[in-house]
Amino acid sequence: MFGNDIRDRARKLFAAVDAKPTEWSIGIAISYAPVRLWHWVNAAAILMLSLTGYVIGTGTPAMSGEASGNFVFGYIRFAHFSAGYVLSIGFLLRIYWALIGNAHAMQIFWVPLWRKCLWREVYHEIRWYAFLTVEPERPVGRNRLAQLAMFFMFTQTITFMVVTGFALYGQGADTDSWQYKLFGWVFSIWPNSQDVHTWHHLGLWVIVTFALVHIYAVVREDSWRAGASL
Amino acid sequence: MGGATETFYSVIRRQGMTRRSFHKFCSLTAASLGLGPLAASSIANALETKPRLPVIWLHGLECTCCSESFIRSAHPLIKDALLSMISLDYDDTIMAAAGHQAEAILEETRAKYRGRYVLAVEGNPPLNEGGMFCIDGGKPFVEKLRSMAEESMAIIAWGTCASWGCVQAAKPNPTGAAPIDKVITNKPIIKVPGCPPIAEVMSGLVTFITTFGKLPELDRQGRPSMFYSERIHDKCYRRSHFDAGQFVEEWDDKYARKGYCLYKMGCKGPTTYNACSALRWNGGVSFPIQSGHGCFGCSEDGFWDKGSFYDRLTTIKQFGIEENADQIGLAAAGVVGLTVAAHAAVTAVKRLTHKPDRAAHKSKPS
Repeated sequence: MFGNDIRDRARKLFAAVDAKPTEWSIGIAISYAPVRLWHWVNAAAILMLSLTGYVIGTGTPAMSGEASGNFVFGYIRFAHFSAGYVLSIGFLLRIYWALIGNAHAMQIFWVPLWRKCLWREVYHEIRWYAFLTVEPERPVGRNRLAQLAMFFMFTQTITFMVVTGFALYGQGADTDSWQYKLFGWVFSIWPNSQDVHTWHHLGLWVIVTFALVHIYAVVREDSWRAGASL
Repeated sequence: MGGATETFYSVIRRQGMTRRSFHKFCSLTAASLGLGPLAASSIANALETKPRLPVIWLHGLECTCCSESFIRSAHPLIKDALLSMISLDYDDTIMAAAGHQAEAILEETRAKYRGRYVLAVEGNPPLNEGGMFCIDGGKPFVEKLRSMAEESMAIIAWGTCASWGCVQAAKPNPTGAAPIDKVITNKPIIKVPGCPPIAEVMSGLVTFITTFGKLPELDRQGRPSMFYSERIHDKCYRRSHFDAGQFVEEWDDKYARKGYCLYKMGCKGPTTYNACSALRWNGGVSFPIQSGHGCFGCSEDGFWDKGSFYDRLTTIKQFGIEENADQIGLAAAGVVGLTVAAHAAVTAVKRLTHKPDRAAHKSKPS
C-alpha cells in the first residue's frame, strides 16, 4: 500500500522534473528550505572532509613531546569520521526528501538521459556558457547542464566516497563491525585496500573540481542577474 | 613415508619424549594459536588418536622463501611439525627421494589417501604457452597441480605467489603466472600470503588442521582469520606515534632515531593484513617496522605494482606518465581553476560590451 503510494508519487515527480520550468514562488521556496538546509550542512561536511582527508593522506608535521601527550592525528581522523557520518546521514535524508519532497528535490538523482529534449536543453546551456546565446533557458540550478554535472560529479562521487569511506573505516573498526559487514564487499573488487585509498583520494579531487565549477557558476549567475537588474 | 595409522603421540613416545613434555607442547601450541585453556586437552586428544595428516608440498614458480621461513618455525619447532605432526610425503626441496622414485610417491599418495591429503602449494603456475615456463618432472607444472588438486582434501596456497601472484605475476607478467585460485576453483583454498609468510603462521596453520581435522575460519579473501584479521597498523607498537601525529620525515632524521611512525615514509602497515606486528619474525625477535623500515605490504594483492615502497599514494600508470592521486587531482583542479578564471574574465568583458543589450532584457523574468 505504502509502496504503491511512493511509486505513484515518484512517477508524478519524474513527470514534473521533466516538465517545463515553473515560476519561482513562495510555495517553492518553502518546500525548498530542507534542500537549502541540507546544502549548507553538506557543504560544511565536505569542507571538513576535504581538509582533514588531505591531511590524513599526507601526514602532519611532527609534534614534539611524548606520544602520550599528543593526539593530533587522532583528532584529525576523528573529525574526518564524524564529518563523514554527518555527510552520510545527510545524504540519506536528502534521498528521503527527494522521494517525498517536490520535483526539484529529485533532480540530482534522476536524469532522463534518454530524452531528446534534455540534450537539446544541454546544447542550449553549453551555447550559453560559450557566450553564443544571450539568455539561459532555465535559471542555474534548474538547467539541464547543471543537472548533469550534479548527477555525474556530485551524486555519483559522494555515493562512491560514502561507500569506500565506510569500507576503509570498517578496516579500522575490525572485521566484525557493521561497517565492514555492510561495505566489506568493496575489498572483493579491490583486494588490496591501498587501491581503495587511492580511489578515495582521487574522489577528493573530483569533489574539489566540482566545487570550483559549482561556486563559479553560482557566483556568475548571481552577479549576472544583479548586473541585469541594474 | 609414515604408516597410515601412526599417530603423533606414538611417534614422539617412540622418540623417547615423556608424556609430561607432550602435554607441555600441547599447552604451548594452544597458547600460540590463541585458543582457550581447554583447547590444550583437545589438542592432546587429537594428537593421540588421529592418524598423521598426509601433506604433499608442490613447488611452482617460486623462490623457496616460504620453505626457508617454514623450517625456521620455533613454536612449534619445525622438527615437531615435520617429523611428528604431519606426514610430509612429498616435498622435492627437502625429501630424500629423487627422480622417478619421488614422482612415484605422488601417484601413491593420490591413490592411497584419496580426498584425505592436504596439497600445499608454494609458488604458482604460469599459464602462457601451455604452461611451458615451468616444467616439473618433465611436464608443465600446471598439469601436475591440476592432477594433484583433483583428489586433495584442501589446498594451502603458501605465500604471496600462490595467493596473489607476487613478482612473477607483476606487470607485464610475460609468463602468465596466475594465483592458485585462478586455476583450481572446485577445492577449498587457504591463502597464506606473505613474502614469505611468518614461520609460526605456517606451522600454526598446519597444527590447527592436524589437531581439529578441519580448515580454520577464513576471511573474505580466503585467509585464515586467526592470523590475517588485523592489519599491521592495528597492533603496531608505533601506533601511539601515529595517533599523536609524530612521523619520521627523513630516514636519518631525529624522529627516525626516536622511533616515530613511518606513515610518511610510505609504510603500508595501514593497508596490510598480516600478523607481523603481533607474532614478529625469527622466533619473535623483530619485524620490519621495529627495525626502522616501513612495511611494504608483501602479503597484499599486487604489491609490486603499487608504485614506490616509500610513497603513501599509489602510482597511477593509466595516465601515461607516472603520477599519484594528489598530482593528478591538483593538475585537474588547476586546469579547471584556470578555465573558470578565463571564463570569468570573458564574462566580465561581455557584460561591459553588452550592457545596452542587457538593459533591454530587464523586464523579462529569469
